[in-house]
Amino acid sequence: MTAPAIELKGISKAFGPVQANKDISIRVMPGTIHGIIGENGAGKSTLMSILYGFYKADAGEVFIAGQKTEIPDSQAAIAAGIGMVFQHFKLVENFTVLENVVLGAEDGPRLGPSLRKARKQLTELAAEYELSIDPDAVIQDIGVGMQQRVEILKALYRQADILILDEPTGVLTPAEADQLFRILQRLKDEGKTIILITHKLREIMEATDTVSVMRRGEMTATVKTADTSPEELAELMVGRKVLLQVDKTPAKPGAPILEVDRLNVTDAAGVHRVKDVSLTVRAGEVLGIAGVAGNGQSELLEVLGGYQSATGTIRMNGQPLDLTGRASDGQSRRARGIAHVPEDRQREGLIMDFHAWENVAFGYHHDGAYQANRWLMNNAAIKADTEAKMGRFDVRPPNPALNAKNFSGGNQQKIVLAREIERNPDLLLVGQPTRGVDIGAIEFIHQQIIALRDQGKAILLVSVELDEIMSLSDRIAVMFDGSIMGERLPQDTDERELGLLMAGMNGKAA
Amino acid sequence: MTFFDLLQLLDSAFRLATPLLLACLAGLFSERAGIFDIGLEGKMLASAFLSAAVAAITGSVWIGLLAGIGASVLMSLIHGLASITFRGNQIISGVAINFLAAGLTVVISQSWFGQGGRTPQLSGAGRFEPIPWPGALPSRELADAGPAMQLYSELLSGHTIWVYLAVPIVFASWWVLFRTRLGLRLRAVGENPAAVDTAGISVVGLRYTAVIICGVLCGIAGAYLATALQAGFVKDMTAGRGFIALAALIFAKWRPWAALNACLLFGFLQAFALRPDLIEKLLTVKVQVQLLDALPYILTVVILAGLVGKADPPKAGGQPYVKEN
Amino acid sequence: MKPIPGWADVILIPLVSVVLAALCAAVLVLAIDENPVEAMKLMIDGTLFRSAGWGFMLYYTTNFIFTGLAVSIAFHAALFNIGGEGQAMLGGLGVALVCLFIPWPHWTLAIIGASVGAMVFGAIWAAIPAYLQAKRGSHIVITTIMFNFIAAALLNYLLVNTLKPVGSMDPATASFPAGTHLPTFQDMAALVGFDGMFRGSPANVSFFLAIIACVALWALIWRTRLGYQIRALGHSPSAAQYAGISPAKIIVVTMLISGGLAGMMAVNTTQGEAERLILNFTEGAGFLGIAVALMGRSHPFGVFLAALLFGFLFQGGAELGFWTSIPRELILVIQALVILFVGALDNMVRMMVGQVFGLIGYKEAA
Repeated sequence: MTAPAIELKGISKAFGPVQANKDISIRVMPGTIHGIIGENGAGKSTLMSILYGFYKADAGEVFIAGQKTEIPDSQAAIAAGIGMVFQHFKLVENFTVLENVVLGAEDGPRLGPSLRKARKQLTELAAEYELSIDPDAVIQDIGVGMQQRVEILKALYRQADILILDEPTGVLTPAEADQLFRILQRLKDEGKTIILITHKLREIMEATDTVSVMRRGEMTATVKTADTSPEELAELMVGRKVLLQVDKTPAKPGAPILEVDRLNVTDAAGVHRVKDVSLTVRAGEVLGIAGVAGNGQSELLEVLGGYQSATGTIRMNGQPLDLTGRASDGQSRRARGIAHVPEDRQREGLIMDFHAWENVAFGYHHDGAYQANRWLMNNAAIKADTEAKMGRFDVRPPNPALNAKNFSGGNQQKIVLAREIERNPDLLLVGQPTRGVDIGAIEFIHQQIIALRDQGKAILLVSVELDEIMSLSDRIAVMFDGSIMGERLPQDTDERELGLLMAGMNGKAA
Repeated sequence: MTFFDLLQLLDSAFRLATPLLLACLAGLFSERAGIFDIGLEGKMLASAFLSAAVAAITGSVWIGLLAGIGASVLMSLIHGLASITFRGNQIISGVAINFLAAGLTVVISQSWFGQGGRTPQLSGAGRFEPIPWPGALPSRELADAGPAMQLYSELLSGHTIWVYLAVPIVFASWWVLFRTRLGLRLRAVGENPAAVDTAGISVVGLRYTAVIICGVLCGIAGAYLATALQAGFVKDMTAGRGFIALAALIFAKWRPWAALNACLLFGFLQAFALRPDLIEKLLTVKVQVQLLDALPYILTVVILAGLVGKADPPKAGGQPYVKEN
Repeated sequence: MKPIPGWADVILIPLVSVVLAALCAAVLVLAIDENPVEAMKLMIDGTLFRSAGWGFMLYYTTNFIFTGLAVSIAFHAALFNIGGEGQAMLGGLGVALVCLFIPWPHWTLAIIGASVGAMVFGAIWAAIPAYLQAKRGSHIVITTIMFNFIAAALLNYLLVNTLKPVGSMDPATASFPAGTHLPTFQDMAALVGFDGMFRGSPANVSFFLAIIACVALWALIWRTRLGYQIRALGHSPSAAQYAGISPAKIIVVTMLISGGLAGMMAVNTTQGEAERLILNFTEGAGFLGIAVALMGRSHPFGVFLAALLFGFLFQGGAELGFWTSIPRELILVIQALVILFVGALDNMVRMMVGQVFGLIGYKEAA
């Protein structure tokens, strides 16, 4: 019996109190494609970083082709025949394809012979695996699909037998993705072993021979792909979490507050992030937007928050919002009655080195109540307001002078929420309200959101947590690849169907 | 302005451009590898002092040169320690190095020689002497000579070895950066250190290599000032040349051959500034010397403003590398 | 790296850095066959035990407060203004124009006019690099360095060609009229009956302007909306954007304030001391502002203390240069070492301090 190409035994890794990988074991046989699927933060990338020598595992062993192998650094990983295609490519943008392939695998101090040899081998590899590419093209001039091809060629040039791809289709168009899978099939046929890390069910079903499911740092199942179904995988991936019950009465939707019509966003890098999105949020309802991170939800929030330009129209209380970015910013959006709890409170919602009270004024620092006179701010008033808000939102410790970074995630989020909700906005944008928040605080935060809805406010909720979407939303829209895949009512759908939509598959058709 | 005036001007420009060029190439290696270096001035100054001091003591300019390079490399290593090992602020470190050199050179030279921050006058083997070409006439006999003789004797003949080596050093820098493994890796680490790291190469090792090369070239530049251009060290003798070199580097958009052109241009401006009489003869109006002094800096700001092409520095420049995925 | 408490980061790191710098300087003094203890004694005697010593020290301190504040306010917006030197030079030009061409009846009015001139000219010189950074992304460190040299050339040109009185060989303006002359500490002491105090020393009323500037800047940074926005941008550009704070606007405004403060040092040197505009009057004070700001942790009170320390070192260094064979450039070395330890090797110092805290069993509170 042949030894597995790669075998992990009991890998564990913790970052401080967070257990990113817990006793993970996998066997991958040579000449197969093995998928690893799991939600964001399930620990997939950590595991692969351990394999590539970026992190040192706290416990566990790695066997390559039956041999126990230590991987202290990337050099050792390369020597062991492991090639890695990272989610964010590690290419030198102003180098040519050839130079990128050669970098680190040169044959001698002079570059000429190395480049000549690489050019020849590249042609051979291109023929062998149908990976044709112009070796003299400069990376920044070629598309992401081609760039990924360069990453694959880099690994092959280093004679990798095991190729790990981390979320390889995240940046690809569907056509490019299809091409990638043909290439992977080809590599497999030539005897290479491939590990495909993804959160997309369709890719697992189409491309892999075996699949492992990760959830919260643990390996929950390893099965043959042929023996499973997308529905079963979705369930294993999302898990039957205990639904957090939120006491809420049926919504009484009123007039439309926010009307988005054919919104399109292209980011600075030229990537089309939001595609023809149209949606309406009415007074007194929560519209939940489900989706895996990176499918355009963040950009949608940024546009609504006033700091990302877009095309299309958005009406707030019937009046159009400026989308060019010239006549609008976070301040003007607040003036229009839009409050925003951003997805990443540490990067956007708070200034971690500011005191709690300074953060409570953040975004509302022009508010008249916070000014002592024309020149000076009334810090005492802000502190008093902070103290009151901390009391109402049960922020612990209730100390306005503490820096934001010294609060727990839940209490940080309560500070942001208190700041935004108590502005009595017509529309509340909420991104990932309970990311990194402890259970106790989750319940409280959910109650606050529903309470605001019951006051007749419109709420747009973006979350990657399906149970959160299910328990809070009055309507659910699912975003995938910048588009809205469909809208469902929570009572008419289930996590399985939503999971399929989030993975880009139309639930009814599957 | 006569042909001979022009020759004299160019002759002077070559001499003045040489230290700029060496320092500029020094900065090129460092910044291409992602380590910003505003401490070129300090490194040159340190080398100028120590090379002149050691040349005065030993009577050998070559030993002096080695000592100068040593002083400059030491400064480079301090910069490396701060900006590579301890991931400190590269700008602040560069500022510190400039002051360190400005202070140390005077304190030590005062202690060694007691001449108010000077080193003793160098002569003979203590200096890089001009190399006269066969048959070249001395300057004072050239006024009546034919143009070919003037060109040969004034412009081509009679420079120190470093002026003649300047172009080969540019070639060598280009060759190393663009035709060798080391160069490929240095350029890569300045653009995307993560690419180098994932390829299994040490980012720290490469960056130290770059700052050491930078130290060696700055060391030569400084030694040239004190032992070839002048005959000894005087306080603050670099007089902003490190910053002109930095300006030239930006002006050249971090490319070696363009650096040669930029340094020649700036050297020419310096030569012009030394001969206001020629400017007046040439343009018939009085051009202010101060304008010529400021021109390299003004041109660099224009380039930085993106008014004439865009100067894109190496992408990872100035940022300490922290491993992440 | 081992954790250290917040107060240690603010207070201990600068102190340890100064001690390290002093130790290195002491080794240097030993190496040049002088006695560091004697040198220190001489510096203290010559500065702190003579009223004139104080007069010189506070004169230097005044300069360093202004330039230190200039660098500090820029640091709060995460900008590195190396252009203090050039901005101060232009400030000097502003002071000179105001003092020479407007007939001032009394110094109390003249100092206001000169301050406006100094600030406006300094601010203009900072405005161009600021605009280029905000709108075109030109690296402000490089542009401000370039502007230092351009300022030096400009001043040189004006002093040699335009502002120099006819017949004078000296590259300097004519002396300012008496109506602009500022009372020195000597004058003020005499006024209250202490004749002979601060004799011959240059400290003057602009020291009090520097104190006012400290308080005003403190209020600006921690009590106004503008300061709030500056700090927000400096800490987190992404959060500032979320809150609707315009980076371009804040960058330009911050640099105008920074340039204005750097320009203000000319009121002390040009109007207060030289009473005419001379070449190279800045004497590196613009650069020293970097050391002062780093050492003072960009806090106006810290800047005040750091400026006092450097004022002491400058005056002490002059004493050394006068009485011993140690040149006053020793101060440059100390300055360099302080910048190195506080600003560039701060992680190393932090690591050392962290080790000590680790030994005494300190752990970061959750």
